[in-house]
Amino acid sequence: MNFGDFLSQNLQEFWHLTGFYNSTWENFIMLAIGLFFIWLAIKKNFEPMLLVPIGFGILIGNVPFNTTAGLEIGIYEEGSVLNILYNGVSAGWYPPLIFLGIGAMTDFSALIANPKLMLIGAAAQFGIFGAYMVALLLGFSPDQAGAIAIIGGADGPTAIFISSKLAPNLMGAIAVSAYSYMALVPVIQPPLMRLFTTKKERLIKMKPARAVSQNEKIIFPIVGMLLTCFVVPSGLPLLGMLFFGNLLRESGVTTRLAKTASNALTDIVTILLGMTVGASTQASQFLTAQTVGIFALGFMAFVIASSSGVLFVKFFNLFLPQNKKINPLIGNAGVSAVPMSARISNNLGLEYDPSNYLLMHAMGPNVAGVIGSAVAAGVLLGFLA
Amino acid sequence: MKFKSIIALMVLTFAFGIGQAQSRGALRINEVMVVNEDNVVDDYGRRTAWIELFNSGFAPLEISKVYLTNDASNPTKYPVPLGDVNTRIPKRQHVIFWADGDPTRGTFHTNFELTPGVENYIAIYDADGKTLIDEVTIPADLAPNTSYARRTDGDGQWEVRAAKEDNDYITPSSNNIIKEGNSKVDFFRERDERGLGLTVMAMCIVFGALLLLSICFYIINRIGASVQRRNKVLSQNPAAVEAAARGERPDHDSGEEIAAIVMALHEHLNVHDRESNRLTLNKIRKAYSPWNSKIYNMRELPKRSNR
Repeated sequence: MNFGDFLSQNLQEFWHLTGFYNSTWENFIMLAIGLFFIWLAIKKNFEPMLLVPIGFGILIGNVPFNTTAGLEIGIYEEGSVLNILYNGVSAGWYPPLIFLGIGAMTDFSALIANPKLMLIGAAAQFGIFGAYMVALLLGFSPDQAGAIAIIGGADGPTAIFISSKLAPNLMGAIAVSAYSYMALVPVIQPPLMRLFTTKKERLIKMKPARAVSQNEKIIFPIVGMLLTCFVVPSGLPLLGMLFFGNLLRESGVTTRLAKTASNALTDIVTILLGMTVGASTQASQFLTAQTVGIFALGFMAFVIASSSGVLFVKFFNLFLPQNKKINPLIGNAGVSAVPMSARISNNLGLEYDPSNYLLMHAMGPNVAGVIGSAVAAGVLLGFLA
Repeated sequence: MKFKSIIALMVLTFAFGIGQAQSRGALRINEVMVVNEDNVVDDYGRRTAWIELFNSGFAPLEISKVYLTNDASNPTKYPVPLGDVNTRIPKRQHVIFWADGDPTRGTFHTNFELTPGVENYIAIYDADGKTLIDEVTIPADLAPNTSYARRTDGDGQWEVRAAKEDNDYITPSSNNIIKEGNSKVDFFRERDERGLGLTVMAMCIVFGALLLLSICFYIINRIGASVQRRNKVLSQNPAAVEAAARGERPDHDSGEEIAAIVMALHEHLNVHDRESNRLTLNKIRKAYSPWNSKIYNMRELPKRSNR
């Protein structure tokens, strides 16, 4: 072999290893989707904390390479770095850690001061089960339908947790769909809120709730965890961590742990979760007709969840005295997109009455939505896992 | 400090003890064959009696140091040897012990045999040699090449299996029930085709759980509110509260003092409500409330600089 042949042969082998040689049109579609997510995050400011890691993860996961070369670089290749990081998603231990952080950064005062708002969080879970029925109609199996329907809870970590248990093969599409719709809360929810409310209802002013004592805040996570987990033990990983994080925050003696859980730990897990979920959307696994169905069902679940929250408040108001009516604009916050949907309630309330601050009232159903979706997830796991 | 260390040590010991107890307790005798003429062969190519153990838990289980016995009066007859990686049973998996009376052949060959034609007692004891984990008595009339097995792995009733029918299989080192899919999913697929049943059940559970929590916190709320009111009054004027508790009126609460203040304000400001010669003192309403405050947002909004 002369030197020229040597160079030619090795360069040819190298060419076969490059992304250019191994690329398919599906890869470029996925790369475009990844870039679109990053654009949405940076330019439109839609949930950048989620969409930047997911978007870049999509780019990472869709750089084509020779899968037969045994390079151990792909996310589905056992032993690769990405595969090790992906274990938190596939084995479902990232979502409980995120819930720990959510618990540590959530103030449940609004809910404790006005416990009836918890029922709005329960009503919004109609989105999950409405989508479940439609998914069955479309031919998905019950476990797949359950995993897809959980998108209606508008809770990314829960969606990942449930899909990793019920339908691991659909997890990438479900996770991306859930996070996409969470990012699109400001676009999806306001028209529905306007559609289902009258101008008079939008102007309802709710009484400021009383201040809640520290003792009540400490009792809440303990009683909350025990009650909900005794009813639905399969929700233990999510609910246990959520309430544990909240106890760290409210106990007043574990400030350092609460700060770590709500800041550093949540940030680290969010980075890893977002990036690996994005990377799991390899074109070969992601670009299927099923994915389109999942996105359509996810949207429908989200619409039902938001609408049922608003409609439930209207129904609830029928039984409440005039001075205790609830503004139905906080009904959308029953989905657990915390705190985006509560902000939407607040912004829409201010639009119709600049002195009507609904934020803290909406936080009640919003955090109840987190609990509700975790309970719903536990129910699905209990019945179908 | 010493007291705290002791408490911490006790908690750790307790937790470790529970963990140990739970994991060892998951071990089950799952299937037994006493006379093996044409069934499975051991790693030496011989057919001998076998005992299948099953890890009914959902965590791997290390069984070295547990005892297998066929004699109730000698619970430590065959200690499972240490140092064999195969004594770690993965979750919901099985291992087979050959009851051939020849432990020199390896870890999974016991030092006792099972006797045909009589009742065979088999038991597993924990590492302390005293704690019984599981036991079974194999009937004397168990025919050759038939096994005595649990109907469902690790649970349920025992039955004789002769491998003569489709669902009557002998399954050494495998599940006693061969599953072709997720039985729960199949059940819902068959019985709840439209998903309405699951929806109704699930929504009832979700509403029930949150209603329970809501009622519980309604009660705590009421108690909290009354405690707050009491504390507020106490903090403002503890002496007055004590006096009120004794049924006395405070000295300055004579009415004359209040009337004097009201009259002075009336004279000075000349304010009154709809009724003449009466002055109403209105409570000043604060426009600001912490419930409206944006600093109570849950987390900071991402900020993007527009350079």
